Amino acid sequence: MNLIVFLKMVPDTVEELKIASDGKTLDPDWLRMKANENDEHAVEEAVILKEKYGGTVTLVTLDAPEVDEAIYTALAKGCDKAVKILGDWQNFTSPAIAEVFAKYLKENNLIDSKTLILTGSQATDDIEGELVYYLGEYLELPVYGVVTYVQYNENKNNILIRKEFSGGLRGEFEVELPAVLGIQAAENPPRYVPIAKIRAMMKSANIEELEFTQDFASKGIEIEKLYEPEVAGKAVMLEGNPEEIATKIVEILTDKGLI
Amino acid sequence: MNNSVIVLVEHLRGNIVDITYEMLGVGKKIAQHLNVPLLALVIGKDVSKLTPNLGLADSVLLLDDEKLEITPPQLTAKLVENVYKQKQASILLLACTNITAGVGPILARRLDLPFINFCKTFRFENGDLFLTSQLYGGKILSEVKLIDNKGIVGIYPGSFPLDAGKSDRTAPVEELEVPDFVPEPSFKKYIEPELGDIDITKENILVSVGRGIQNKDNIEIAEELAEAIGGAVSASRPVVDQGWLPLTRQVGKSGMIVKPKLYLALGISGAPEHQEGMKNSETILAINTDPKAPIFNIAHYGVVGDLFEIVPILTEKLKQRKG
Ligand SMILES: Cc1cc2nc3c(=O)[nH]c(=O)nc-3n(C[C@H](O)[C@H](O)[C@H](O)COP(=O)(O)OP(=O)(O)OC[C@H]3O[C@@H](n4cnc5c(N)ncnc54)[C@H](O)[C@@H]3O)c2cc1C
Ligand SMILES: Nc1ncnc2c1ncn2[C@@H]1O[C@H](COP(=O)(O)O)[C@@H](O)[C@H]1O
Repeated sequence: MNLIVFLKMVPDTVEELKIASDGKTLDPDWLRMKANENDEHAVEEAVILKEKYGGTVTLVTLDAPEVDEAIYTALAKGCDKAVKILGDWQNFTSPAIAEVFAKYLKENNLIDSKTLILTGSQATDDIEGELVYYLGEYLELPVYGVVTYVQYNENKNNILIRKEFSGGLRGEFEVELPAVLGIQAAENPPRYVPIAKIRAMMKSANIEELEFTQDFASKGIEIEKLYEPEVAGKAVMLEGNPEEIATKIVEILTDKGLI
Repeated sequence: MNNSVIVLVEHLRGNIVDITYEMLGVGKKIAQHLNVPLLALVIGKDVSKLTPNLGLADSVLLLDDEKLEITPPQLTAKLVENVYKQKQASILLLACTNITAGVGPILARRLDLPFINFCKTFRFENGDLFLTSQLYGGKILSEVKLIDNKGIVGIYPGSFPLDAGKSDRTAPVEELEVPDFVPEPSFKKYIEPELGDIDITKENILVSVGRGIQNKDNIEIAEELAEAIGGAVSASRPVVDQGWLPLTRQVGKSGMIVKPKLYLALGISGAPEHQEGMKNSETILAINTDPKAPIFNIAHYGVVGDLFEIVPILTEKLKQRKG
């Protein structure tokens, strides 16, 4: 299979996020970036598919802070090749990025009859929905999102996929290649790679860098302002040492007749 | 043109999904503001039976055909595109769910309109519609102005009241002609969640664990608390994706919707997709090391602290209490 995966860096939301003085962006000094979680699943699924059915995995990213480390990690996990598209992409949102990716894939004739393109199903930093569907549109290929299972049938050159609905309900679909999928969860959780292996990759592997200058219809929607959600002020915060807190919790639960 | 606001009715296997009422309520307000009719568009097989529930709309548009049993986003988008143009609509409201996901982006491309997803609130200012969406796992909100009041808006489930979308009145129904197309052959079957030993939707008390639990072995800490308190263990998505608990224990957008008397959220950040499944619990108590975790925005009781320090003591106290 010719597997192509897109990976994006997003702010780690477990850290504190500060809004910059322009009121429209996050203060970069406070951000710790990491690979978008769904993308790690997309990488994992691609590597699993390669291991099962053969082929190559190409990782594609846009230049972004700290992206190199994520790329080397993906290479250490089993991606064969990495491409970084250079440029200042900061204000570009999904529709425009999809356009960049589609142009890159088309102009370099990277899509053949055995191509499966994988993205993460969703990133946490984007209000314009999911890139995967814009990409499907630009490439005029079948596109499915929220995918949690992929199986390739070599004879028919198609894939059997499962997609999530709600309440644990999933649907099974059969899709011809080439196709585009938004991966929600890989068949197995993303594998762990030791730091030493990532370091070795940094020394030996080569990231293909690509210049890309082109005009775009739109970079995406403009955000007027960012703000933190108002704390509903509803939560009664329990304070003290663990012992005191535990005591308070038991009291509350008793008062409420819950225990 | 600005001649209508359209709500794409969300339904799954013969039933209207609640988000439809949220969208109708929002749609009504927007339509009134713009002084245009509100249209409810229903696409599917045997969906005419759903129309009596859509009385808040000024009229219901029906695309009912047996070939429309399953409508992947590209097909839905094609059908909605025709209706949007025909009705000279300005704003289209869609559900931000796994069912409708994809329709917004595809239509945005085809109609050359902005698509704004994850919408939680809206307001009008000087005639302009401003939409607020949640980003970064619910930690940050972003406001966008919808230029010329035209665009596609994905409404996040659980953001607006359901009652505002219900009405006793019956709306007139307009049956639209279903264009010729080859039915989607890709759909094979639905896969139901395997019913496990425990049905978390029926439990009174849930001890729910998130990524803060760190590894599979630590799940035991939650099991012990659940046993002492008389509840069951549920989880956020990462815990299930890691294979530490089965899918039937997952709470949230893709998992189960639960409403227990007590929901203990341990090491769960409270991302919108998680909140969707538990925000209506009667009492929510959250323990999290991050004071800014969005779970505290909906919790009734909060503890900023380490679950590994607090939970074992809590379990011990509950055991002693039982005697
Ligand atoms: C289409 C789609 C569907 C989804 N469906 C679901 C769904 O059904 N259910 C679901 O849950 N998610 C779902 N998600 C994922 C969701 O967006 C979040 O990624 C997920 O809910 C985060 O889980 P979490 O809170 O456990 O992890 P994190 O967001 O990583 O949070 C972990 C929390 O633990 C805290 N913590 C760490 N250590 C400790 C400690 N020692 N003591 C106390 N606290 C600690 C941290 O401060 C942090 O707040 C879905 C996402 C998408 C895109
Ligand atoms: N700048 C980017 N670089 C690489 N991949 C991206 C980028 N933006 C989006 N993607 C891919 O598209 C998916 C969905 O992103 P989003 O549309 O932002 O929700 C991500 O999970 C990535 O796989």
